[in-house]
Amino acid sequence: MSREGVIVRNPYKRLSAEQIERVNKTSLELLQKPGVLFFNEEAVELLAKAGAKATKTTEGESDAWWVSIPPSVVQQALETVPSQIVLGARNEENILQLDAKGYRVHFGSGSETNIWLDVKPEQFVSEEDPKNHRVFSSIVRRRGTAADLCRSAHLAEQMENLDFFLRNVNIQDPDIDETNKDVNKFFASFNNTTKHIMGGLTDFRQLDNVVRMAEIIAGGREKLQQNPVISFITSVIKSPLQVVEETAEKLIAVARMKLPVVISSSPQGGSTAPIDEAGMVAQVNAEVLTGVVINQLAQPGAPVIYGAVPVRARMDDLHDMYGVPEFCFYTTSVAQMARHYGVPCYSTAGVGDSKVPGMQAAAEKMFTHATVPRAAPDLVHYSFGLLEKTNTFCPEQAVLDNHHIGMAKFLYQEPAVGEEDLQKAAEVINEVMGTPHRLYARYARKMLRRGEIFPNYPFEGELEDQDETLLKAHEKVQEMLSRPYNHLPREVCREIYDSVPGLLPRLNPYE
Amino acid sequence: MSEDLISQIIENVLQGRRNKNDEGLDDDLTGQPGVVELVEEGLQQGVDVEKILVDGLSHGMNLVGEKYEKGEYFIPDMLAAAEAVGEAMEVLEPHLASGEGARESKAKVVMATVEKDQHDIGKNLVCIMLRGAGFSVVDMGVNVPAPRIIETMKEENAQILGLSALLDTTMPFMAQTIEELEKEGIRDKVKVMIGGAPTSEEFAREIGADAHGKDAFAAVKIAEKMTTEGGR
Repeated sequence: MSREGVIVRNPYKRLSAEQIERVNKTSLELLQKPGVLFFNEEAVELLAKAGAKATKTTEGESDAWWVSIPPSVVQQALETVPSQIVLGARNEENILQLDAKGYRVHFGSGSETNIWLDVKPEQFVSEEDPKNHRVFSSIVRRRGTAADLCRSAHLAEQMENLDFFLRNVNIQDPDIDETNKDVNKFFASFNNTTKHIMGGLTDFRQLDNVVRMAEIIAGGREKLQQNPVISFITSVIKSPLQVVEETAEKLIAVARMKLPVVISSSPQGGSTAPIDEAGMVAQVNAEVLTGVVINQLAQPGAPVIYGAVPVRARMDDLHDMYGVPEFCFYTTSVAQMARHYGVPCYSTAGVGDSKVPGMQAAAEKMFTHATVPRAAPDLVHYSFGLLEKTNTFCPEQAVLDNHHIGMAKFLYQEPAVGEEDLQKAAEVINEVMGTPHRLYARYARKMLRRGEIFPNYPFEGELEDQDETLLKAHEKVQEMLSRPYNHLPREVCREIYDSVPGLLPRLNPYE
Repeated sequence: MSEDLISQIIENVLQGRRNKNDEGLDDDLTGQPGVVELVEEGLQQGVDVEKILVDGLSHGMNLVGEKYEKGEYFIPDMLAAAEAVGEAMEVLEPHLASGEGARESKAKVVMATVEKDQHDIGKNLVCIMLRGAGFSVVDMGVNVPAPRIIETMKEENAQILGLSALLDTTMPFMAQTIEELEKEGIRDKVKVMIGGAPTSEEFAREIGADAHGKDAFAAVKIAEKMTTEGGR
């Protein structure tokens, strides 16, 4: 058993076969010239051993290497890379089967947001008409905590369209620091959802503790390899075309543990990458290929995921922009590149500039939810509850996004206009034309029962002069939070607390 | 035997199956008798007409209504069931007036889309639902001038008139029709309900209609109220 996700049988092909080949050629040329600026010596050694040419230099006070990667080295890595990967889960039904050549799309959360946004319904009285009392949502912004991450994972567990949990709250409690952040954020995630857990490491030194936790949950080291309940994200690339020292170290270590890892590169069109589609796609593709090459040279056959997150720069403040056409162009094109190489793809949808839930948020999010998954990437992250780019998380927004993804899924369907469909339709039309009122309602019933007819909006209010969507979403969040939590078993929790240092006692549900 | 037939009628009303050619809601039941065939069979077997009407058709429609209230059924299910009952009523009606211990259908309703208005979807839904609820319905179609409506009301000796309009430009013909009823001296003998997107409760009051139905379900409730309470 594994999660169904959504099938996108006929992926959107933004690029022609010829254009794909041209992008590939340009990316390979870029990897040779100018090449990639590496800040990690071990990675350079792996590349040099495989046949790349490295030239030592200095950048400020750091040692660095210009590495010219020939196409043969990239080719060698692509030959060992697995196109099918399992992302495990505490509950077997939540396992994800990724297949770079397949058509199954899975949605996940993210990012590590700094701000948690509470929605509080309050009563207001009109100044013009004191008899006019209304309930509106007040918005309270505050720093996220470990307890918030637990709540978020608990909501994620219940969202039917959320397939994997990427920790989405930066835990900023007073007793959290660099030494205990990773273990607590992964524990808060594992202990509140049975879905796959994905995340980045704040501190490389915590890798062993985090993996130990995952081993206990999976039932041992070997079982963790069979059912990798955890996967990592490494932002190994700093755009343009630079390999970061510490992240490269993480990438190599995770590869050697044979655990799944996402090579994430997020260049910004207009600042750290060309803003035009051709330039952006060629560069981000070269960057992700660099990560894939390091991963495969460190451990041939290690599970690796192509994670291009190409964003556009906002022209007034140079912040990231996601809910824009350029983002859709970049992202759907790179998903085709991942498919071309046969590497499972990690993509992005559901992010916007809006700071609060509302019309702007809905428009920006739907823009990408409706388009990006049509390219059939294996994973779509950032899809739940994000606001203000990736800085804010709002549970009410997450609940709305969960439903909006369900709505968008209708758009990915293949046309059902086969010969049999048309023959049946003609029979129905003939029949209906022979009845007094010429009404097709009865023929909608089976599709309605099969869930093939787009449903009504569930957060619609009763009032005729006020939008109540957010209030309805708030009621839903409260209801979901009140349901029982799906914690790790008591003995597993005890073993984790005994073996992994730095865990906050208050996160243990049995204490 | 008759109990078995009645439960089959109820089941087929729930499935919205008019006749053996309808596949139904859950499985493909094509070929098996639908509501019309079952009612015909009942009549042949001498099953009490009232029993077929009350315990079979009406009870089936009530169950459909309950499922709709609970969110299990949707409008297409209601319409399919109402169509099935409506067609069965046509078979049953000749036996209602003459049959032993039988009763007449609830009331006769004349339905029309007013002059210069070609829209009939809403009006058709009301016709289907009214028939499904056991009313006898005379559907005059679209673009019907007031004098013809009055004529039909008299000929059919109908108790209820339902007027429909989708255009704000044709709404005045509703008022005109009510004026004609008054001129002809039959306004106090009939109840008038109106409906259609641009109409409202307020407009109904303005033109002297007895009720405004916001949708087909409201129209059925109004017609039932008009029949039982006989009043505005």
